[in-house]
Amino acid sequence: MISGEDLDESPDNIKRILGVVFQNSVLDKDLSVRDNLESRAALYGIHGKAFKARLEELSELLEFKELLKRTVGKLSGGQRRRIDIARALLHKPDILIFDEPTTGLDPQTRKNIWRVISDLRRNENMTVFLTTHYMEEATDADYVVILDSGRISAEGTPLNLKNTYTGDFVTLYNTEEDKIKQLGATYEKIKDAYRISVPGTYAATEMILKHPEIFSDYEITKGKMDDVFLAATGKKLTGGMEK
Amino acid sequence: MTGLGALIKRNTKLYFKDKGMFFTSLITPLILLVLYGTFLSNVYEDTFRGALEAAGAEASDKLIGGCVGGELVSSLLAVSCITVAFCSNLLMVQDKISGARRDLTITPVKHSTLALSYYMSTLLSTLLICLIATGVCLGYLAYEGWYLTGEDVGCIIIDVFLLVLFGTALSSCVNFFLSTSGQASAVGTIVSAGYGFICGAYMPISQFSEGLQKVISFLPGTYGTSLLRNHALRGVFEEMSQTGFPDETVEAIRDSVDCNLYFLDEKVSLDNMYVIVTAAIAVFIIIYIVMNVTILKKHDGMS
Repeated sequence: MISGEDLDESPDNIKRILGVVFQNSVLDKDLSVRDNLESRAALYGIHGKAFKARLEELSELLEFKELLKRTVGKLSGGQRRRIDIARALLHKPDILIFDEPTTGLDPQTRKNIWRVISDLRRNENMTVFLTTHYMEEATDADYVVILDSGRISAEGTPLNLKNTYTGDFVTLYNTEEDKIKQLGATYEKIKDAYRISVPGTYAATEMILKHPEIFSDYEITKGKMDDVFLAATGKKLTGGMEK
Repeated sequence: MTGLGALIKRNTKLYFKDKGMFFTSLITPLILLVLYGTFLSNVYEDTFRGALEAAGAEASDKLIGGCVGGELVSSLLAVSCITVAFCSNLLMVQDKISGARRDLTITPVKHSTLALSYYMSTLLSTLLICLIATGVCLGYLAYEGWYLTGEDVGCIIIDVFLLVLFGTALSSCVNFFLSTSGQASAVGTIVSAGYGFICGAYMPISQFSEGLQKVISFLPGTYGTSLLRNHALRGVFEEMSQTGFPDETVEAIRDSVDCNLYFLDEKVSLDNMYVIVTAAIAVFIIIYIVMNVTILKKHDGMS
């Protein structure tokens, strides 16, 4: 069952509430942005004034108004991705499936795309299913499922997963290694600071209260989702290839 | 714009913007025209003159030109209607390769609508090219020897339309099974090279062995070629009769250029040829749509 519809009995209804953004763009490269979107919209029965209005809305949301007459083949990767997303949103789906949407994009474009997705989740009450190898993208999710070789290794909210699978880190700046050694905890030197692993925030608080003279310039951070993945699967993420 | 209309528009636009596909489909009629004009026309003319000499008849240069031209033009159009359709109907293969096909099936569009859109867009583009080729051919006939009436021209256009429908339906069924550009190229090459022989365009079927003639008489394309041949040469044969050619001679020439076709030793009338071609079109279209609705639906994963 998807959104109250039976997959076997009413697949067409389910197709109307699903939007999909594939990892690889399937836009028609020889056609203009507008042509791509117009032909897609017609498949959902959106044409004429309704299409123009929706196009106006999406072109403002995703900032591609000036690209409408351009051939898709001449767009950059980031621009094409925005059009891919617009194409998936034309029919106002309840559920949006994103298959590795930001792979290969520069940080600024990734940031813009995630801003749009967050706005959509908030304003249009849309459910977004995301697959990604960038674990930090999962940090803002409501719920995370970690898959390893087709099986679920771990699932839960990002906070629960971090609390279960990782500890905290305390990073100390402007200090000397001798003082760090006094703490008696595992540490690593990172550029111009030292990072100490602690089991949790409570342990960090205890350490700080015990050695206030050492902790003059520091920050406490929770473990990253990369660390959660490593702990849950015992593997290391290397650009999408798992070891 | 409906879903079908939008898909037809998309497919047709993609065809004309894909310079590779567009020029490949033009190449066949152009090469044939050059081939016929420089080489085969001489062969046909020599054969025709030889047959006239053997029958003790004489014909004017204009009449010979009209006869040879009619044979060339009907052959060229018969082949082009099929080969251009095969070259134009590759978008369904390209969509499979690029993933666009799978993307389209995520929408509520029916598999039959998707299938029909490929058919219609190929039909439109093939018809455009073949009608242009028809215009060029009629111009050639006007130069070589014009014996056509308005009705003959109208019938030729109808024959071209039917053969385009047939070629598009046939290519849709064949290309349905292709999944790589290599396969598509191979099929296009084989069809471009071989179809002309099978339909009697390069060489009249009457010159094949009896066994081969019997086999070819089962193919609908053969009758399409004969329809074009009949309409392109009707005026020429009428002129022959009026200038005193014996009926047996005219009939013998009609037999030799495949204007008369025989199925299991029974002469096939023009009306029956239309029935055969039309029935073949309907059968292939039905097969094509059924394949899309049943086989592809299963493969695409949603029932």
